[in-house]
Amino acid sequence: MADGTIGLWTVPLAVFGGAIRVSTPFLFVSLGECITERSGRINLGLEGTLVMGAMSAYGISYLTGSPWLGVLAAGLAGSLLGALHAGICSLPRVNDIAVGIALMLFGTGLAFYLGKPLIEPTAPRLPAIDFGWWSDISQVRAALRINVLFLLGVVLAPILGWAFRTTRWGLLIRTAGESSDSARAMGYSVLGIRLRATMVGGFLAGIGGSFLSLFYPGSWNEGLSSGQGITAVALVIFARWDPMLCLWASLAFGGAAALGPALQSVGVTSGYHLFNAAPYILTLAIMIITCSPKRTLTGAPAELSITR
Amino acid sequence: MTTDVAEPVDAVAVAPAADPGFLQRYGTSIEYILIPSAALIAALGVFGIFVFLFGKNPLDLYFYMYQGAFGTWFSWQNSLTRAAPLILTALCTALPAQLGMVIIGGEGALLIGALSATGVALLLQSAPPLVVQLAMACGGMIGGGLWIMLSGGLRQFRGVNETISSLLLVYIALAILNHLVEGPMRDPASLNKPSTREIGAANMIGSIPGTDVHWGLVFGIIAAIASYILIYHTVFGFAARVAGGNIRAAKIVGLGVSKLILTICFLAGASAGLAGMVEVAAVQGRTNANLAAGYGFTGILVAFLSRQNPLAIIPVAILLGGISASGGLLQRRLGLPDASVQVLQGIIFVFVLASDALYGRIGFLKGKS
Repeated sequence: MADGTIGLWTVPLAVFGGAIRVSTPFLFVSLGECITERSGRINLGLEGTLVMGAMSAYGISYLTGSPWLGVLAAGLAGSLLGALHAGICSLPRVNDIAVGIALMLFGTGLAFYLGKPLIEPTAPRLPAIDFGWWSDISQVRAALRINVLFLLGVVLAPILGWAFRTTRWGLLIRTAGESSDSARAMGYSVLGIRLRATMVGGFLAGIGGSFLSLFYPGSWNEGLSSGQGITAVALVIFARWDPMLCLWASLAFGGAAALGPALQSVGVTSGYHLFNAAPYILTLAIMIITCSPKRTLTGAPAELSITR
Repeated sequence: MTTDVAEPVDAVAVAPAADPGFLQRYGTSIEYILIPSAALIAALGVFGIFVFLFGKNPLDLYFYMYQGAFGTWFSWQNSLTRAAPLILTALCTALPAQLGMVIIGGEGALLIGALSATGVALLLQSAPPLVVQLAMACGGMIGGGLWIMLSGGLRQFRGVNETISSLLLVYIALAILNHLVEGPMRDPASLNKPSTREIGAANMIGSIPGTDVHWGLVFGIIAAIASYILIYHTVFGFAARVAGGNIRAAKIVGLGVSKLILTICFLAGASAGLAGMVEVAAVQGRTNANLAAGYGFTGILVAFLSRQNPLAIIPVAILLGGISASGGLLQRRLGLPDASVQVLQGIIFVFVLASDALYGRIGFLKGKS
């Protein structure tokens, strides 16, 4: 122990630290998508939102020197894309899944276009809190350097669950998602509710993107997100549209995604790419296990096109 | 003066009345051409404003886009070469769309098709070129076909959403490709860019005589026409469209929906797999990460812009191939980033989807009965 080596314990420790580090974008995107889907609409474009958020956060953080302004900018960029999605979906006979695919392409394209000058410079990063101060072992300290955004996400999940259950807004969103007719009969604009729900969802997904560029991996490049956004959308489905389950699922995903780098750090390099695909394989496997052709999923908003 | 203005208005008002059947018969077809074209022009307009905000002249933009896409014989050939895989990957979205399924995993089927085709070619090194080429085409089609059939089967038997599963399979396919290319299938001589061994110059499928456009374009056009005949002129295609329109009606009249879904998904994947084979056997000569060039994703746009009609896919793919071919010129002459083509594609996609709201709403096309 004295020389700081902990042998094979490195792997589970790195997976644990990785779970916390890598899960943050999953967490924010899935919470955002949870709100959107509860209102009865699916936004597949969050993959594009994530990349756009990462780019805006990096750019603003670089220009202003304040990473927190970057996070805010990422959220705003995300909610703009959300508003675009909701706006197009408000038109009659427009398919929300197709619009999501379009915005996925548009968001990533726009981010690469605007982000071209940002590949070189280094922007100030988000701070992390050192929970590992008590330990002498560098790996433990590294695993316990936890970012503030992750803590925010952890706090946000139960608050969202509570809001869905008890607040007026939560009830409205759920009404729009379960039966748009009832919401309309009560005198509320379903399109208005979904617009706001998609914008808030985009805001959170944008923040998830800011984590990618401002903390981990912590730089802006075009390979920054490879499917985290779409994985998080799938994650909401097997988290049964429950924010707390989104939190646990994100952690499981982060752990799976951290497996490849963790094994590489102890010298297992063969199959590195296959381990990197672990989150996608895990998503697919869990969807195969939990979905069924005979019944709709428990907890699924009735208006959601993806489960009908 | 007033008569001058009034006359053409009268003429427009009178012309349909003279032949009321014309618009009733062709109004919908005219709509299918008019509305996507309007969406395309609107998207080009918005993109013009977009580059104007970055201090470029939109007229220069349109000029160079035209030059780079269709201005010279050289750029025509470039556009047609890019159109070949686009036709094939667009079919990967358009065929399942007949069943009401949204498959967006053409990129994955392309990669798996390329890997299978390369694998087959490397196993058959000593066979005559024609045998190798045929085997590569079969290998690519079977590989890609099974890959998308997996999505279709999961949808039918496990209720897994096919849009998400097919996209997840893209990332899994990319991981498998990277794994094989950097591991078991790596050519030790490829140092900077890990690749498989080359399939050999003799086994390349070559160009259409008199051009630099490879045979893949012909494969694509044949596949598109065959798909059109299959969907609109066979009992199988009719059954597929019935099932796409109303799944319960299809079950009541006794259609084997599972078989339909699996077959259509296999054909869709086979077509994207063939695109992968073409990219290997006509362009790259080997498999490496270059193959993930986004043809699968642009193919989705082509399919939607063609309103999932296999015949319309051919001209639309050439148009989109032209847009991506002009990217290089835009980069050199206007200093636009290489992602500008992607931005334009995204804008086009958004406008095309938004234009769905217009169908049946254009007054003069309704043809009063």
